[in-house]
Amino acid sequence: MKPTLDAPSLSRVPSSPGLERSVSTDVMANRAAGSERMLTRSRWWVWVSSACIVVVVVFVGCLGLGIQAIPYSRIIAVVIDSVMGLSMKESSGDPSSVILLQVRMPRVLLAFFVGGSLAMVGVALQALLRNPLADPFVIGISSGAALGAAIALLFGIGISVGSISALPICAFTGALLSLMIMYRISSVQYGFSVYTLLLAGVVLNAIFSAFIMFLTSIADPNRAFGMYAWLMGTLTGPDWTTLGILVLYLGAGLIILGMHAQLLNLLTLGEETARSLGVEVERVKKSVFLAAALLTGAVVSFSGIIGFVGLIIPHAVRLVVSADHRLLLPLAGLVGGMFLMMADTVARTALSPSEFPVGVITALVGGPIFLWLLTNRQMRLGMK
Amino acid sequence: MAHVAYSLDRVTFAYARGRRSASQAVIQELSCLVSSGRVLGILGPNGSGKSTLLKLLARVMQPQTGTIELLGESLSGLSQAYVAKQVALVPQETLQVFPFTIAEMVMMGRSPHHQGWGGWHWEDAEDCTVAHNAMDELDVRHLSHRLVNEVSGGERQRAVIARALVQEPQILLLDEPTAFLDLHHQLDIARIIQRLNHERGLTVILVSHDLNLASQYCDQLMLLDHGHIVKTGTPEEVIRPDVLAQVYGCTVLVDRHPQSGMPRVSLPV
Repeated sequence: MKPTLDAPSLSRVPSSPGLERSVSTDVMANRAAGSERMLTRSRWWVWVSSACIVVVVVFVGCLGLGIQAIPYSRIIAVVIDSVMGLSMKESSGDPSSVILLQVRMPRVLLAFFVGGSLAMVGVALQALLRNPLADPFVIGISSGAALGAAIALLFGIGISVGSISALPICAFTGALLSLMIMYRISSVQYGFSVYTLLLAGVVLNAIFSAFIMFLTSIADPNRAFGMYAWLMGTLTGPDWTTLGILVLYLGAGLIILGMHAQLLNLLTLGEETARSLGVEVERVKKSVFLAAALLTGAVVSFSGIIGFVGLIIPHAVRLVVSADHRLLLPLAGLVGGMFLMMADTVARTALSPSEFPVGVITALVGGPIFLWLLTNRQMRLGMK
Repeated sequence: MAHVAYSLDRVTFAYARGRRSASQAVIQELSCLVSSGRVLGILGPNGSGKSTLLKLLARVMQPQTGTIELLGESLSGLSQAYVAKQVALVPQETLQVFPFTIAEMVMMGRSPHHQGWGGWHWEDAEDCTVAHNAMDELDVRHLSHRLVNEVSGGERQRAVIARALVQEPQILLLDEPTAFLDLHHQLDIARIIQRLNHERGLTVILVSHDLNLASQYCDQLMLLDHGHIVKTGTPEEVIRPDVLAQVYGCTVLVDRHPQSGMPRVSLPV
C-alpha cells in the first residue's frame, strides 16, 4: 500500500530531452575540469616517474655538496659506474670516489630512506587515526621507539648477534607499544577531537623522555653522550652494511603499507563506514600498525628522532596533488626522502667543517608549519 | 513480494566496553522479518537501539547472540565484501578530514567489487559508468571535483547516497537520512529514496526521528523501545496516539495528511 503522493513525485523526475543535453555538457565539463583530479593509471605514472626524476637530480645535487668539492661530471661518472655494477674496488684508488662511495652516498641514501619512511608512516597514521596532524614524532611513537632503543643501548642488549642487531627490534617493540597506547586513547570516545590525540602525544612524549633522561643519567658518561646526539636525530656515519639492513626492514614495512593504499582511502571514512564498504577493518588495522611500528622502529634506531617530516610532507602532497593514498603514499615517500636529503645536506654543510643534527632543521621548518596548520587550516579540514 | 531480505532470530547486542551500562543490552532478543522491495522505517526514542540495529544489519557490528539471515544466508558466515555488495549503509556522520573530491568519495563505493591483493586496484570503465550514473541520478555530477567538506550538508548527503548506489546493493540502509537538512533537502532525499524503491525495487530500511516523514514514505514501520519491538505494521497501525504515548511517554495529536491521507503527528499546545 503506497501513499498517494507517489505519482506527483515521480513526474518531477527530470526525463525531458533537456536532461540528456545537460548530461553531455556535464561530461565535457568533467573532462575539462574535474577528471584531472581523479586518479587514473596514466596520471599515477606521470606523477611517480616525474617525482623519481626529481629525486635523482636532488640526490646527485646533494652528493656534490660537502667539505670537499667534487665536480658533477665526476659524480655522474661514479654514480653511473656503481649503478652499472662495476666493482667499488676498481675506483677506490681515487680519493674523490672513496668520499663519494664510502661516505657521502650512504649518508645521502640514509637520509632518503629515513625521510621517505617517516613521511609514509605519517600518511598511514593520519588515515588510521583520521587525524591530519598525526605524525610519528608528534604523537609519541618515535619517542617510544627511542626508549626501546635506549634500553637496548644502555643495557647492552644492542650488542649484535651475528650481523643482526637487537636494536631495531627493541625500537620496534617500543614503537608498537606506544602506537597501541595512542590507538586506545583515540578510540575511547566516539568522534574524539584532534586535540585529544595531540595532548595525549605531548604527555606520552614527556613520559618517554623522562624514562630516557633517567636511563642516560644512570648510564656511563661515554655512552650517554653518544645517545644525546642520537636523540636529536642525526644521520652520521652509516656504512653500506647498516644501510642494507635498514633497507630490509623498510622494504617489509613499505610493501605492507603500499598494498593497503586503497583500503587506507576507505579507512578515512571511519571504521564503521569502511566496514560497510567491505573492508576487513581489524585485519587492515593490525597490518598497518605493524608496518608503521616496523618503519618507525627501524628509522629511529638508525637515525634517532627526526620530527615533523611525517606531518608536513603528506600535507603538502595532499594539498598539491591528491588525497588518494594510491598516489599519496608513494609521492609522500619520494618527496619526504627528497626533503630529508636536502635538510641533511644543509645540516652538514652550513657550518662546515662542523655539522649539527638534522632534527634541528626539520623541527625549525616543521614546527612553525605545524602551528600554522593548527590555527589556520582547521576550518577547511573540518576538524572539531 | 514474498521474498525476505532479512530474518532476525532472537538477536541480542550489548556494547562490550567503553559504555557505563555494559550489562544493559541495546538490542534484546529481537526477532523479525523484513520483506524485500519495501521501505521499512525504524522509529523510536533516543537510545532505543535504532542505529545499533541498522549497524547489525550492515554487519558493521555483530550480535552477541541470535542470528541474522541476509537473503537466506547467515550474515555471520559471509565475508565483509560479499555483504557490502548486497547491502549499502548511509551513515549519519559523513564528514571527511582529508581533501577528497566528491568523485573520489563516490568511487570508493566500488571497492567491494575489487577485493584483490590487499585491495589495491584501478577503476575500470565499468566502475566509471556506474559512478557517473549514480552521480547523475542524485544530481551531484556537477560537484564531482569539489571537495567533500566544501559542499553543503544536503549535497554531501546526496553524494553519500550516490556512493551507496555505486555498491550496486539490493538493500539500502539509511541512518537519519534527513537529520540536519532543511525542508527542501528533506523533501529531495525522501523523493530520491522513494524513486529508488519504485524504479529499482531497492529494499530500503531507514532510521528516523521524523515520524511524519516515515509515515509519508514508508510501507512498513517498526517502533523500537529499549531494544524491543513495540509495534510493527503499516503507518496507520503504528502512528496512533495510544501506541506513541506508550513509547514516548507523552500524548500527541494524530490526524490525516491533507494530500496523502497518511497519519500525521503534531505536538499538543
